[in-house]
Parts: sequence; C-alpha cells; structure tokens
Amino acid sequence: MSGDGLLVTVDSHVHRVPAQVKVVALFVFVLAVVSTPAGIFWAFGLYAVILATAVVVARLPLPVVSRRLAVETPFIVFALLLPFVATGPQIDVLGVQLSQTGVLGAWNVLAKGTLGVVAAILLSATTAPRDLLGGLERLRLPATLVAILSFMVRYLSVVSDDLHRMRIARESRGYTGGRVGHLKAVAGGVGSLFVRSFERGERVHLAMRSRGYTGRMPTLGQPGATRSQWAQGLAISLLAVVIAVAARVVAS
Amino acid sequence: MRFGRNKIKNDQVHVPDGFFNAPTSVATGLIAAGAVGFSLQRANREIRETGPALAGLTAAFVFAVQMVNFPVGAGTSGHLLGGALAAALVGPWTAVLVMSTVLLVQGLLFADGGLTALGTNITLMGLITVLVGYFLIRAVLRVLPRRVGSVVPAATFGALVSVPVAALAFTGLYAIGGAVDIPIGKLATAMVGWHILVGIGEAVITAAVLSAVVATRPDLVYAARHLQQDLVLVDADGNTSTVSPDKPIAAKPAGRSLGVGVAVTLVVAGGLSLFASAHPDGLEFVGAKLGFESAAKGSAVAGSPLADYGVSGIGNSEVSGALAGIIGVLITIVVGLGIAKLASLRANKAS
Repeated sequence: MSGDGLLVTVDSHVHRVPAQVKVVALFVFVLAVVSTPAGIFWAFGLYAVILATAVVVARLPLPVVSRRLAVETPFIVFALLLPFVATGPQIDVLGVQLSQTGVLGAWNVLAKGTLGVVAAILLSATTAPRDLLGGLERLRLPATLVAILSFMVRYLSVVSDDLHRMRIARESRGYTGGRVGHLKAVAGGVGSLFVRSFERGERVHLAMRSRGYTGRMPTLGQPGATRSQWAQGLAISLLAVVIAVAARVVAS
Repeated sequence: MRFGRNKIKNDQVHVPDGFFNAPTSVATGLIAAGAVGFSLQRANREIRETGPALAGLTAAFVFAVQMVNFPVGAGTSGHLLGGALAAALVGPWTAVLVMSTVLLVQGLLFADGGLTALGTNITLMGLITVLVGYFLIRAVLRVLPRRVGSVVPAATFGALVSVPVAALAFTGLYAIGGAVDIPIGKLATAMVGWHILVGIGEAVITAAVLSAVVATRPDLVYAARHLQQDLVLVDADGNTSTVSPDKPIAAKPAGRSLGVGVAVTLVVAGGLSLFASAHPDGLEFVGAKLGFESAAKGSAVAGSPLADYGVSGIGNSEVSGALAGIIGVLITIVVGLGIAKLASLRANKAS
C-alpha cells in the first residue's frame, strides 16, 4: 500500500486546482447530490455528466476509476435486496412482488452512492496527499489533527512494508494458508508490529525534539487559493446546487 | 461496518454517500467533529508529551492491520476493525483520534466511503466502537484480579460487544434518516445478528494481538498502566524496598464519567440482550445466509418466503425490542456528549 493513495500522476487542469478548493467543491457537490429527491431522474443524469466531464478533464484512466468503484459492492447487494424487504405498495415485475418504495430506494442508494464514490475518486486521484494535508490545514482543521494525519500518511508505507516483511518471514517458517493454529503466529506478528510502530513513534518524536520541535509543526506551506481559483472550483458545485434546488421544486 | 469474508483484501465496508439523508449526514458529521475536538482536548497533554508522531504511527498501524487476514476458525478469516484494540493500547481519547485519522485517510486518499458519509463512518467506527470498548474494558478490569494480564479478557469482552453496539447504532441512524422504509426490527435483527458473528471474530483477534503485546511490552498497554506491579528492589544487605514504576504521562483518568459510561453501556447491552432473546432463531439464519434475506425468513411463518418479505407486519415484541436498542444507543450518544461537556467544564476548572 503506497502512501500516495490513489494519486494518478498526470498533469491536468483538475490536478492544478488547490486542494482546499477541491475538497470544498466536491463536498458541496456531493451534499447537493444527496439532498436531491430520488425520483427526479434527469437531475442524476446531469450530475453524472458533470462528474464524467471532470474525470475526462482530469485525464484519469478508466480502469482506475472502475476498479475503485468496487468498494461500493456490499451496498449494491444491500440496494438490490431493498425491493424485497421494504414495505409499502407492491408492484408486479415479471411475476415477482416488489415494494415500490424499495425499488426507488435501491435506485436512490445506487445512484447517490456511485456519484459519491466517483467524486471521492476524483479528489483522491488528482490530489497528492501532501497537498491534501496542506489544503486541510488551510481549511482550519486543528493543527494537531493535521500533524497526526501527516505522520500517518508519511509512515503508512513504512508500516505496511514492515508488515509485508513480517508476513514473508512468517510464511518462510511454514505459516502459510489460514489454519486456526496460525492465529497465534499472525497475531504475534501484528503485536510486534504495534510495538515497533509505537517505538518508532517515540524515536521520531525524540528526534524532532532534538531538532527544535516545540509542539507546533511548521506550516505545510500550501499557498492560498486565489479568488478566481475558488470561483472556478465552486462553479461546478454551484451548478449542482442549482440542479438540486430545481429538482426539489419539480418534485414538490 | 465490516463483513468479514474470505480472500477479499481491505474489505471493510464504509457507509457511502446517499445511504442516509442529508440532515442525518450533517448531524453525524457534527457529532464526529465534536468528538474529535473533544478528544483533541482530552489527549492534549499526552500528545504534547509524546508527540503527534506516536498517534500518527498508531493510525498507520491500524490502517495496515485492517488488511491482515486473521484465521478465526471454521475455515474463515476475519479482519480487525480495531476500535477496542486501539482503545486498550493507546487509551480512549487518542484512540478516537487514531480511528478518525484512519477513516479520514481512507475517505480522502483512498475513496473508501463517501465525503458526506465521513461523519457517519467516524461516529460509528471511530467513536462508538472505541468508547463502548474502552468503558467495557475498564468495567471488566474492576472485577478481574489486579494484573496486567487481566486486560486481555477485558478487551476481548469490549471488542465482542462494541461491534454489535455499532451495528445497532447504524440501525438507529437508519431508523432516523434511512432513505427507504424497511421494517426496523428486521434490519436490526439482521445487522446485530450478523455483527455478533463479526464481533466474535473481532474479539478473538483482539485477544490474540493484545496478549502478544502484553507478553513483550506490557508497559505500553494504556488500559493496564494502573495495574503494573511495583518494582521490588533488593540491596546488598538483603533489604527489600518497593518502587512504583515510571508512570508514563497519561490523559486524566476518566473518573466519574467512567461510572456513567459503564451504566450507559449496560443500558445498551440490556436493550441488546432483550432484543436478542426476542429472536432466538435470528443468529443461525444470519450465519447461514446474507443478513437481510435471512432476517426476513426468520420472521416468516411458513410458505413462500417472497410473499412475506413485503408488508408482513412486525410483531409487537420486535418493535419493542428494536426500540429498546435504538433508544439505548441514542441515550449513549446523548449522555456521551453530555459527559463530554461536563468533563470539559471540570477540566477547565481544574487547570
């Protein structure tokens, strides 16, 4: 697991938008999507067009996006079960009794969930973790939390590699497969991974102290976004908000 | 929520966008933000002493461990959620920060779970599992012998109960802000039934990992720090004297709020057991098939199951049972926030 998250390193217009603008813009966009009544199908079509355009402009390879969509699978299962378990008036589809609200609810979960995941992929694939942290700092997230986040991101690959080496060592000693008897070996490795991570954390902190750390991280130095950058980024979310409001008006 | 299943990497399941309506997402977002802010304040002294690096590395550890396949018996493997384990290892407030950090990174960097569902995910997996787990650990430690080793059974129990409680909280949220009308009794049966299984896996893994840590570095286990034996020194003349071991800086012990927390957890657990006993057949069905199908079957009397999925009424006991559970969780949240408020007031007065 690399510490770079899902970042796709190409240069695009979307990549160059400051992280704080992207976070706010996508958050507002998804909030607009979530508050759209499920029955207004054209609204979701428009959202999909907006997102697809952004994905194309960001020059993201389609396999990356589709592979990441797999995180949604359990909720697709849940959504597909909804027509059978929900209450309310029943409709007859191919001889099977389905709940009307259940069908709409399944569509609701599927459409909003998928749009949300694509929006999250758009954010994570176009923003380097460092920039994202800088953006969060600019958004006035508590400094301690940003510091914890940044240490986690920095040491993620170190800890994962530690784990990987331990697994190789364990499997070299015959603990392959997954028999119950191996639980102790696996858990022992994880236990010592915790001890190693904890001790590493202590060492890192002492090293920082000896280099003059006084409890405040130097700023991550994300430059502020200009007004035009905010305007550009928020244009998409404003469009989504307009669609959501229009959909609400149509629905009522 | 996680569905432990074989051979799928990183299969923890985060609530996606649109699963709950917008007001619920915003409300859980506020709860999560408040909890993180409060935890920052409570863990402040500790973090100033040990540095943000320690919490960050613990978060990286939890993130990495969530991808490990643990063999938990019956040919299945389980994954760790890690809430109760983190609470035992680094204490409740740092653990809330650690779990929230993990979920933030998963949501923002790996697109797991939606942006607007971040608050829900942090509330369910970062807040409820950690706090319920920790309160139970401290409660069980009070009745067990005063040894560091006692922390293992305590954490096992904490892990076992914290997962179904989080599932119950999920059901409660669904009752408030779910998009579709599902009979809440059925949903609760399925969720809790399934997550009791997940909780058993969680308990087994937590016990195994924690006993490995206790065996090598018992001094690192936060929940057992007060249980460390005094050091016995023997000088050249054979005189013995005892010295208390170096106490690491710890956030202030939870004190009175602990008692309230335990009481609240008991209320929730009470609701849970009442609820479970109303469905003696729930568990085996959930074990056999995917949750929701089986739950519907469980309450079906006979005949074609499909006919019974839809409008079939929910029995009185189901309603009352589910209500008990949901109210319990609501009380947990409300009282938890109340305690948070009270404790912060007291902390301010003391300093």
